Amino acid sequence: MRVTRLAALALASLVGVSALSACSSSNSGSGSDKNVTLTYWASNQGTSLDNDKQVLGPELAKFTQQTGIKVKLQVVPWADLLNNILTATTSGKGPDVLNIGNTWSASLQATGAFVPFDDSVMAKIGGKSRFLGGSLSATGAADKPPTAVPIYSLAYGLYYNKKYFAEAGISQPPTTWAEFETDAKKVTNAQHWGLSIEGGSVSENVHNVFTLSQQQGGAFFDAAGKPTFDTPQNVAAVRQYLDFIQQDKITNPSNAEYAQGTEALADFAKGKSAMVLWQAASGSLKQLGMNAADIGVAPMPLPDPMPAGGKKVTSMVAGINLAVFKNTKHMDAALQFVKFMTSTPEQKVLNKTYGSMPSVTDAYADPAFNTPAVQTFKKILSASAAPLPAVAAESQFETLIGTAVKNMLADAASGKNVSESDISAQLKAAQQQLS
Amino acid sequence: MLPYLLLVPAVILELLIHIVPMLVGIGISFLKLTQFYIANWRQAPNAGLANYRYALDFNSAAGKQLLHSFFVTIIFTVIVLVVSWTFGMAAAVFTQRPFPGRGIVRTIFLIPYALPVFASVITWNFMLQRDNGAVNHVLVDQLHLAGGDRPFWLIGQNSFYSLVIVEVWRTWPFAFLMLTAGMQSISQDLYEAAGLDGAGVWAQFRGVTLPMLRPVNRVLLLVLFLWTFNDFTTPFTLFGKGAPHQADIISMHIYQNSFVTWNFGTGSAMSVLLLIFLLVVTGGYLRLAKSGSNDA
Repeated sequence: MRVTRLAALALASLVGVSALSACSSSNSGSGSDKNVTLTYWASNQGTSLDNDKQVLGPELAKFTQQTGIKVKLQVVPWADLLNNILTATTSGKGPDVLNIGNTWSASLQATGAFVPFDDSVMAKIGGKSRFLGGSLSATGAADKPPTAVPIYSLAYGLYYNKKYFAEAGISQPPTTWAEFETDAKKVTNAQHWGLSIEGGSVSENVHNVFTLSQQQGGAFFDAAGKPTFDTPQNVAAVRQYLDFIQQDKITNPSNAEYAQGTEALADFAKGKSAMVLWQAASGSLKQLGMNAADIGVAPMPLPDPMPAGGKKVTSMVAGINLAVFKNTKHMDAALQFVKFMTSTPEQKVLNKTYGSMPSVTDAYADPAFNTPAVQTFKKILSASAAPLPAVAAESQFETLIGTAVKNMLADAASGKNVSESDISAQLKAAQQQLS
Repeated sequence: MLPYLLLVPAVILELLIHIVPMLVGIGISFLKLTQFYIANWRQAPNAGLANYRYALDFNSAAGKQLLHSFFVTIIFTVIVLVVSWTFGMAAAVFTQRPFPGRGIVRTIFLIPYALPVFASVITWNFMLQRDNGAVNHVLVDQLHLAGGDRPFWLIGQNSFYSLVIVEVWRTWPFAFLMLTAGMQSISQDLYEAAGLDGAGVWAQFRGVTLPMLRPVNRVLLLVLFLWTFNDFTTPFTLFGKGAPHQADIISMHIYQNSFVTWNFGTGSAMSVLLLIFLLVVTGGYLRLAKSGSNDA
């Protein structure tokens, strides 16, 4: 009896409390920005999701202080981000503002899920001319207004271990693939391998094969947007990538298993490999405990002589874009947030912390972006980077080619000989699955 | 009237949870539902049978891969089913008679089934890695079994065996649990009577245990078959987004075809084909099992 009465009392008090809180929340309701809470999906740029929260937290607080708009931060891991965006697109319920990988721009643009940044919208966030030209090239199809604006810019470079190079008597990083092969063989020994690759990662594979294909004069889509996966140039590019394991034996076959997106870089940082092809990673290498004096970075090598039609491309235009979800109920607040995140002071703070490059020109005045590494990457981005194909089928292309290369690397790693006709057949099969 | 009224909530929920999503899935399989239409999927154009033709065109790469994936799944399911059932049965017989510590042994047997799938399978993933995994450490470094060469377990041909081992490890405790429960209802008198008639352990097993477990086995085999055939979590956790070609289980294949390439129409068409296949197998099996039990 006593127990029941107690329970009833507890229940009654709970009901009372919730009724009170309902009152208080309904009293303060009004239409001003003060009560707007934006949901922001950030991509994982730091060393962990928590690290991202620590980096972004104070910056979001600054924004709230300036505008009164609250921001609810969710850091989404890369493995889930695209799926989550697709789900949000299908259901129409999602965040207000979100980060996307810039290579998805054209595909996501085709879904119509995001607010297009036409001239009037651009004007609200400070105008198009503030942004770095190269990074604006990866924001959607060329004939449409950008579907997102760049926030962090990145490029691939060849990281090399200066200590290992000196031990092997090499004074300069390789500039041609022939030099690269010679050097890589010199620095491959019982203690460490010449090059580590993230062979199980779909995206790393496709990014590298894309750059190699550009150098061969290849393309995965023709000017009309039709897929051309199995051209001889693309086969040669895949062959070159597989041969790191298959023929040159400068890469540990175990790298074919690396799928976490961090293992090849960790091998490099721990001295298990002498080189790695990676996006700007000074921050991560420091976190992983690599001695800063040992880290060298140079553009990816080029073929010599260049094949007919070959382009002097050493990287894809990599980076992160910021998009506004079309179904947002707080359009103005969302655009204010985009303006804040791409403002010069924020660009300086965020890119400094993440080791990426600002996407707005003014931010480069900061001496922090004058280090040799940043200069190298800036040069790569402005002179020798090409965007991945800006076609609607881009994300399918990444998945299909990346997976095909992953499977071929697995074959090569387990000792099977992958011939050029095998590669051609795999690329053809991938193309047939494109719909 | 009242009984029907009481059934209404159940019927509504059944419709909402089972029937409607299934019908929507079947509907999607006739649509050209690609990335261009997901934001507004009512606008997706009718595809007719195009998705089915695409999936079943065995001269094209997509059809060939679906067929390959189908056969891999069949072989995988049969091996897992036979091994899991045998392990489960052996363990159930072994713990049928009381002995000191029987409860502890039973508990240990059930651990793989009690662990969360992700936690246990990701551990297998660590153990199976080539350079730092525990499996190669024991096989290669301690026992020197592989002739100095470190085998791959997560890519290449071995990935299929890895998947079978992990799946059996996860599934057999369920067979054990069901069979143990079934054996509780077999009266001890039957064994005593059989013993008096001179039946040995093997004859008792064949003459008493197996026939008495027939109803349990009928359900158990069907459930194991369906679970294994459709399992997604284990291969997904073990291999990540893209399964190796040799272990490309059908659920992974469909996932790759719908979510990863954003083509929900073909993904749904493949799912419907899978549904039809499973319905035919299940129907045939239940028929066979029924006529079998009538004979007995």
